[in-house]
Amino acid sequence: MPRTLYDKLWDAHLVEDRADGSALIYIDRHIVHEVTSPQAFAGLRAAGRTPWRTDTTLATPDHNVSTLPAERRGGYAALPDAQSRIQLEALDANCGEFNLPEYRLDDPRQGIVHIIGPESGAVLPGMTVVCGDSHTSTNGALGCYACGIGTSEVEHVLATQTLVAKKMRNMRVQVDGQLGPGVSPKDLILAIIGKIGTAGGTGHAIEFSGPVLREMSMEGRMTVCNMAIEAGARVGLVAVDQTTIDYVEGRDHAPRGDDWQRAATYWRTLYSDPDAHFDRTVALQGEEIAPHVSWGTSPEMVLPISGRVPAVESGRDATERNSIAAALDYMGLQAGTPLTEIPIDRVFIGSCTNARIEDLRAAAAVVAGRKKAASVRQALVVPGSGRVKQQAEAEGLDQVFLDAGFEWREPGCSMCLAMNADRLAAGERCASTSNRNFEGRQGAGGRTHLASPQMAAAAGIAGHLVDVRPMLAAC
Amino acid sequence: MQPFTRHRGLVGPLDRANVDTDLITPKQYLKSIERSGFGRYLFDPLRYLDEGWLDKPENERRPNPDFALNQPRYRGCSVLLTRANFGCGSSREHAPWALADYGFRALIAPSYADIFYNNCCKNGLLPVVQPEAVVERLFAETLANPGYELTIDLEQQHIETPAGERLAFHIDAFRKGCLLAGLDEIGLTLQSAAAIKAYEQQRAAAEPWVFGVLDRARL
Repeated sequence: MPRTLYDKLWDAHLVEDRADGSALIYIDRHIVHEVTSPQAFAGLRAAGRTPWRTDTTLATPDHNVSTLPAERRGGYAALPDAQSRIQLEALDANCGEFNLPEYRLDDPRQGIVHIIGPESGAVLPGMTVVCGDSHTSTNGALGCYACGIGTSEVEHVLATQTLVAKKMRNMRVQVDGQLGPGVSPKDLILAIIGKIGTAGGTGHAIEFSGPVLREMSMEGRMTVCNMAIEAGARVGLVAVDQTTIDYVEGRDHAPRGDDWQRAATYWRTLYSDPDAHFDRTVALQGEEIAPHVSWGTSPEMVLPISGRVPAVESGRDATERNSIAAALDYMGLQAGTPLTEIPIDRVFIGSCTNARIEDLRAAAAVVAGRKKAASVRQALVVPGSGRVKQQAEAEGLDQVFLDAGFEWREPGCSMCLAMNADRLAAGERCASTSNRNFEGRQGAGGRTHLASPQMAAAAGIAGHLVDVRPMLAAC
Repeated sequence: MQPFTRHRGLVGPLDRANVDTDLITPKQYLKSIERSGFGRYLFDPLRYLDEGWLDKPENERRPNPDFALNQPRYRGCSVLLTRANFGCGSSREHAPWALADYGFRALIAPSYADIFYNNCCKNGLLPVVQPEAVVERLFAETLANPGYELTIDLEQQHIETPAGERLAFHIDAFRKGCLLAGLDEIGLTLQSAAAIKAYEQQRAAAEPWVFGVLDRARL
């Protein structure tokens, strides 16, 4: 029987089916960070349990870390926030106690969990990957079954190397044609979420396919899979092809020699069979997708940059009209305002969605030779990992940003969720490459406009949301 | 985990769709390394007018009088009635921890985000799904009748209204079993230890590159 990629990964990791309809799925990689793990380790300790294996887990701190170079150089002692310090020290202590591999805060390989997995080769095609963070779907770009889990499940995976799961339905998002110049993978995923809604993928594993995905780089595919969760799907996937294999080859923890040949041969089978059944298919045409920005407080509240802030009356039912009204109120926007007339106070370029080297290159290309608008209070560039930072510095990107008046920081989640000091003040408006524009996400009262790295950079130069494409033409 | 069998409780309404986990438990509270005590921070941005932080004294907080659950008539509510896609956003289990710690035992909504739904079931918190029209009617009845209570019977899989009407709901057998028994899922899974080990051996032979690569001592 023809199978989807998700079906194949499910079958390959099925330990046992249970009478009640649930299944035990084996987990190949477990990525751990400081925020959703302390209670899981406490649970292990309380029950007198130890990890099932110690060679399948990789830990690193990211959510709660300072991105200020001075605070990073000073180690934990230099962190002004005692609660953050306790949480970071707890991760180190727990990994030490349970003998788990960790890229510690001062390790050049430290970074955002979903960036360091693929980057280090710890995450390889065909694996099951979990992490106590919903954006674990990012890893699906490598042809992995990757999903976010809660802390109880973190404890369960540590203790048993398995997850109790129920098989999801299959959904395909097919993107034909090609993306236009200045249109990025971020614009594609924002357009997809705008089309199917934030609950559109609930209960499904979404496979992204079609010529646009085939032509897309691995980092672009990671951006797309990253936001599968904003479309409601725990799992996002892209089939393995030569681009995947080339990306993996030579990475720290990737196989070598004979194992490499065997692995690559297996990985090449990781695609959906031609006649595989999808419960739902959605199609988009690449040429029709313009740069997108969000205007509201949910990732489905997005529009092409040529659009205008919608009116409450455009809601299809009372619930949606209430949501639009609440969003306009929170965002301080008037219906009918052209998106390009929305001024911004800050720019954030970073996060597990858009802090890889290609993202920084794309933003730097817009910024080069230009200056941050005087009205923009701060433009933060936060690389996704120590290695991304090193690479960017080797290419001189840090200097491009600094010359334009942008700030160059140390790796971490930063203003994506504002657990550290990088946050918006109430009422401030930010063009952000992150993944969520929820109320208060980037700081209490802060207003987020989701955008691609190019578009966020362009907004920082213009001082307002703007279509980056004419600026690129002028480069 | 506290077992859930049958619960009768006061209904508290939260009339808003797409309530995300940042609204349920905002990020500043995720710095706690504890599992309890999150109830006082539940719905913090909606519930209070001031910005809160971990361990901010309660007498410094300014409750938002417009937030329904702050009204005296809903004090002690243990059944949350809300709208579609509740719990969307992050995987933080601090969201169901906060709901349970506040005193909720069950939720009623047209739909939930997947990870959140799962997290509720791991914490003795029963997320009940009802059609939009039923939820709409329950909102009307809750608002019209102070002291409005519902009984939720997991064994029978129905909600019972004060008028004696029974509204059936679906839940999968595994989650139902765990909730009814208040089961230690890890203990249950470890009963399959032999099957896990056998699977591992087969995988290690077929895909040796998956194992033994990550090592704390020589990372």
